[in-house]
Amino acid sequence: MRRSTDSNSVLRKAFGKSEFYLLLVIVVVSLFFTIMKPSFLTFTNIYGMVESNSFLAIMAAGVLVVLISGGIDISFTAIATVAQYVMATIVIHWGGNMFLAFAIGGVVGIALGFINALLIYFLKTPPIIVTIATMNLFYGLLIFISGGTWIYGFPMWFMERNLVRFGDNPGITIPILVLVISFILTWLILKHTALGRNIYAVGGNQEAARRVGISVLKTQLFVYCYMGFLAGIASTVQANMMLTVAPNALMGRELEVLAAVVLGGASLAGGTGSILGTILGFGLIVIVQNGLTLLGISSYWHKVFVGAIIVISVGITAYQRKLRERKGAIINVEE
Amino acid sequence: MKNISKRFGGVLALDSVDFEMEKGEVHCLVGENGSGKSTLIKIISGIHSPDPGGEIYVDGRRISHQKSSNSVREGIQVIYQDLSLFPNLTVAENIAISSRVETGSRLMNWKETEKEAVRTMKKIGVSLDTRREVSQLSIAERQIVAICRAINANARLVIMDEPTASLSKNEVQSLIKVINELQNREIATLFVSHKLDEIMAVAQRVTVLRDGKKVGVFDASELTRQKLSYLMTGKEFEYSKLPPYSGDEVVLEVRKLSRTDNYKDIDLKVHKGEIVCITGLMGSGRTEFVLSLFGMNPPDDGEILLEGKRINPRSALAAMRAGIAYVPEDRLQHGLVMEQSVSKNIVLTFLKRILSKIRLLSKVKERTEVRRWVDELSIKIPSVDSPVNTLSGGNQQRVVIAKWLAINPKVLILDSPTVGIDVAAKDSIYKIVRELAAEGISIIMITDEAEEAIYHSNTTYIMSAGRIVGKYNSSELTEKELYEKINGQ
Repeated sequence: MRRSTDSNSVLRKAFGKSEFYLLLVIVVVSLFFTIMKPSFLTFTNIYGMVESNSFLAIMAAGVLVVLISGGIDISFTAIATVAQYVMATIVIHWGGNMFLAFAIGGVVGIALGFINALLIYFLKTPPIIVTIATMNLFYGLLIFISGGTWIYGFPMWFMERNLVRFGDNPGITIPILVLVISFILTWLILKHTALGRNIYAVGGNQEAARRVGISVLKTQLFVYCYMGFLAGIASTVQANMMLTVAPNALMGRELEVLAAVVLGGASLAGGTGSILGTILGFGLIVIVQNGLTLLGISSYWHKVFVGAIIVISVGITAYQRKLRERKGAIINVEE
Repeated sequence: MKNISKRFGGVLALDSVDFEMEKGEVHCLVGENGSGKSTLIKIISGIHSPDPGGEIYVDGRRISHQKSSNSVREGIQVIYQDLSLFPNLTVAENIAISSRVETGSRLMNWKETEKEAVRTMKKIGVSLDTRREVSQLSIAERQIVAICRAINANARLVIMDEPTASLSKNEVQSLIKVINELQNREIATLFVSHKLDEIMAVAQRVTVLRDGKKVGVFDASELTRQKLSYLMTGKEFEYSKLPPYSGDEVVLEVRKLSRTDNYKDIDLKVHKGEIVCITGLMGSGRTEFVLSLFGMNPPDDGEILLEGKRINPRSALAAMRAGIAYVPEDRLQHGLVMEQSVSKNIVLTFLKRILSKIRLLSKVKERTEVRRWVDELSIKIPSVDSPVNTLSGGNQQRVVIAKWLAINPKVLILDSPTVGIDVAAKDSIYKIVRELAAEGISIIMITDEAEEAIYHSNTTYIMSAGRIVGKYNSSELTEKELYEKINGQ
């Protein structure tokens, strides 16, 4: 087996990473859209693109953490919807402030995530099954109790989105701020806390993690609660943007988010993934959708493109793995 | 570490076994599958607690409630056969993980992690790139990482479960160096192994278990392989060498077979009923070559003739149809569907034969076929419906062989058929191989062990760097000669 001895080249390291290729694709795609439609590469367009997708991106950070731990969560949009209803009802009836609104969203999310984690740990059932079940459970109960009505009439303070303005330009808005904070928080947890490293360890080899004394239960509790927390926060962001709460506003987006995170290099088998990858993976999908909209292409085609991107990227990853395995078997034949 | 004695009743996996290890000693624990080795290890490491009456002492102090965390505190570290590493994390993080978990710090200190890893590796005189992901390392390198992790957790006793099962001879040598280094640092090593050669090379003392009882503790220097396998099994294994092959009916002939970056100009003849061994270091191209015969690694050049007719198998199915069967080395990964029953595994290669009139699988036909093979190879199973993962290694290997024999192959390729199985099971595999050859099946066996080639084949080929460098009548070789030839001296 050959061993590469020079690890000095930063560039070579970058070439080996999927993030690098994603960035490359994003640059190429953006260039294409800019040439076709110069309005693509404008501050307003990019800002709008980021803001209008912020709530999905926030949930993507949660999904990333769940995937790294070796789990999966399908129920987060249901959690978000429930959190949104609870938050809106309380805020409209009893008033409050922005901080309280987010706190309510987050707490409801954590509570529902906690239920997920307990079920997954104690039933020893694959998380995909558990969370499909809880998705139906949470959503079904919500529709039963709320009657599926839309909620309008948020208080005035809730309608303000801008925190800081720079002249006529949109300044820092709540969605953008929350998005940035969630990403930084997730990055800090994953990279610089013991908890984050435990999440990677559990995702990489659960049995080994148990043997070195990492509590799998605690790790899973955190992971699903964090997912719930971000779902609740994201739903508050979405309500803040839309100013209405509808039962079907978030439902059905879960696979889209999941796909973006996987595109960003997180493995469904657990153990791998990074916040940078998630930003790039999510970014690529958003850019393609936005670009196609600008070009006036029907939104049905968006799905086709997104599907194709995912298939191609998964294909490339599989091909690279095949090449690597092939390399492992090289024998230096004496001539 | 002194005087660890314990009693274990109930199912009586261990029957009043006394066991002791001294500081910095290299000790071997040997015994067949089911002899109680793993139970003993699990008690030492605190996963099981001994039955009342069992007593464990560390440094002369009695330890009452043995728990995993207790044994870790006493400096006992187990390296399991699967190594328990995190493939997705770097070398440094893997090495430092137990100490990180133990200190309970909430933040991750990457610099300290790096330093710790480097410091630990220095202790045993190895160096690996600390930033590489463990998934990119070879098995031998991973083992080093596992050992470093144990040392970093302040191990005073490192228990290694089957550490050499998947290592080549060279890699075993460097492992032995590391173990000597541990000894210099007064860290004791407990080896659990089937491979008898290594035991002799490295251990000072050997404890032998059989059927849950201790047979005895012996100085490694006073043991011979013969004696050890007798102690382990209670039976004598005496093999007569096979005579040089005398017939002239060629079944398989390979002419100038080459594949870029794999092997070059391979010439080989296998006769009817001949047992041919191919040996050589790992990475000599032997597995790649036989995979070509089995259609899974098509050659670029040269020809394969089966009974005089040129064949060019491009898939495993094509090779099977031509009459070539291949039993892979890694039966767990490539040879068996572990969760499925014995019966379902055996019939996999010949589903067509057990179809009923309306082209559905016939349970009756399945039963008759399976019974026949189970009897023929005397596979010991509670029922043909038992899942394969409940069987011992030897029986699993027999299930794989049965599966392939059922297609009536002309040539049977066995890749390292006795790796990881105990002496008695090995014996039965050798018997099966000899019987098959006597029935006229040609056998190609890949092996790492010189003894296996010398005693259980007619002809031995040595491969090195993708070429065949020697062909010998097996019975004329001695082990020493063969090892020297394999290592190219």
